[in-house]
Amino acid sequence: MQTGSYGPLLELRGITKYYQGKAPSLVDASFTAAEGEFVSIIGRSGAGKSTLLRCINRMIDASSGEVIFDGIDVMRLGPRDLRKVRTKIGMVFQHFNLVNRLTVVENVLHGRLGHKSTLAGVLGRYSQEEKRQAFRLIRMLGLDGQVYQRCDQLSGGQKQRTGIARALIQNPRMVLCDEPIASLDPNAAKIIMDHLRTASNELGITIIVVLQQVDVALKYSDRIIGVSDGRIVFNGPPAELTNERIAEVYGSEYKDLLVGRGEADAG
Amino acid sequence: MQADIFVRRRNGGLLLVGAVAALTVGSIIITQYDVVSGFTSIGKALTWGASNFYPDAKSMQDLPDILRKLWETVLMAVAATTTASVIAVALALAGSRSTRVHPLVSVGVRAFASFFRNFPLVGWAMVLLLTFSQSQLTGYLALLFGSVGYLTRAFMETIDEVGIGPIEALRATGAGYLHIIFQAVLPASLPLMISWLLFMIDTNIRDAVLVGLLTGTGIGFLFDLYYKSFEFHAASVVTIVAALAVIVVEIASTYIRRIIL
Repeated sequence: MQTGSYGPLLELRGITKYYQGKAPSLVDASFTAAEGEFVSIIGRSGAGKSTLLRCINRMIDASSGEVIFDGIDVMRLGPRDLRKVRTKIGMVFQHFNLVNRLTVVENVLHGRLGHKSTLAGVLGRYSQEEKRQAFRLIRMLGLDGQVYQRCDQLSGGQKQRTGIARALIQNPRMVLCDEPIASLDPNAAKIIMDHLRTASNELGITIIVVLQQVDVALKYSDRIIGVSDGRIVFNGPPAELTNERIAEVYGSEYKDLLVGRGEADAG
Repeated sequence: MQADIFVRRRNGGLLLVGAVAALTVGSIIITQYDVVSGFTSIGKALTWGASNFYPDAKSMQDLPDILRKLWETVLMAVAATTTASVIAVALALAGSRSTRVHPLVSVGVRAFASFFRNFPLVGWAMVLLLTFSQSQLTGYLALLFGSVGYLTRAFMETIDEVGIGPIEALRATGAGYLHIIFQAVLPASLPLMISWLLFMIDTNIRDAVLVGLLTGTGIGFLFDLYYKSFEFHAASVVTIVAALAVIVVEIASTYIRRIIL
């Protein structure tokens, strides 16, 4: 499976998604992401950002197009091989998607289930090494004090860090993040973005983040992809994302918002 | 237009009161039920009860017998409920929106559960009596069928409440269906499921007494026997013991539920 280093880790070609009887939510979307690259996807709500993200690991099946991940044509895979590919792709969610009644460490270990046989997974048997790695990640993310705390007792930021630990314990090549900071306060949001940036810089993990906040995207990304009405209308480094280009992504109303800009969150 | 809503509310209220009154009076007239003597006889019934329906020394000799039958009845109710809960968990997983294998299966399970839940317990007992005659098995199955329907509905809602979030997250890690069920869905819904199970055991013990009357088993049968042979004192012991048992079980299950939730 190790075809990495040459060419991009991820390539999308002409991804289109139709829902029955509705306007297409994605039209001919193509982009690539290199190993360790930090890519943000921005756009108005309903523009198709989350759909685009979910087409990558087939949480949503695209109607047509190709997804090439690490040299593998993801769209053609059967259920078993798809699961295998998914073990290499972590995912982080806006609403954290943790099992609230379980502790932090149990939720983190869930990231290992994809590597387990049915029986071992059902019984929740984890190796010593897996547990050690879980504790290592928990410490790295500053959750030492919460290891055995139930997730419904955590703050939003702590929940999201648990979510990131669950993704990282997969030893992923890539992590997909669906608005990871949309439900967090600014301080917690910064911590989360810093952790994601670290994962890309130090672990060489490709990070693809759907974001609402342009300023956050500008600050953290190697590359930004702008989506408007299901089409990719911008794809380039932050430096090229001028106010005119931003207006193209968000529609003309966005310019008015920029005038009184303190905290740019175009909902 | 503003005032209309108040007029509509008042008219609606009047209509409701009128309908309830009409139904009540109509039913009384059709069945020729004598309301006055119905209420006055309550007093007479109490007097009769006080003079006949109480435990005396002789009837206390039947207590060991009664307790043995009570134990039998309680165990039957518990066994029926626990068996039902195992079946109901499987059905609920197949029927819940978030864990179903196919939408059609879900529709099927919902229809099945509704039917079993809405078919009255006494109806089950009667139908089963035709096949299994008067035996412990008939009562067990009647309780089982009713409980499967009820618990499937309850468990399905419990699983729906867990939501799609954790399921989506585990699916994205490459975890399989059974992994997701056992590591996310069940841990998240188990406490509420156990709470439903305890509630069901509670109800089933009450119902088991009634079903016993029909199937000729357990403490219900004993009551029937004493009552029909005019041993009212013994029958009163049965009633008191059954009521005490129900209260004890209810207190215990309330306590357990408070701890796990």
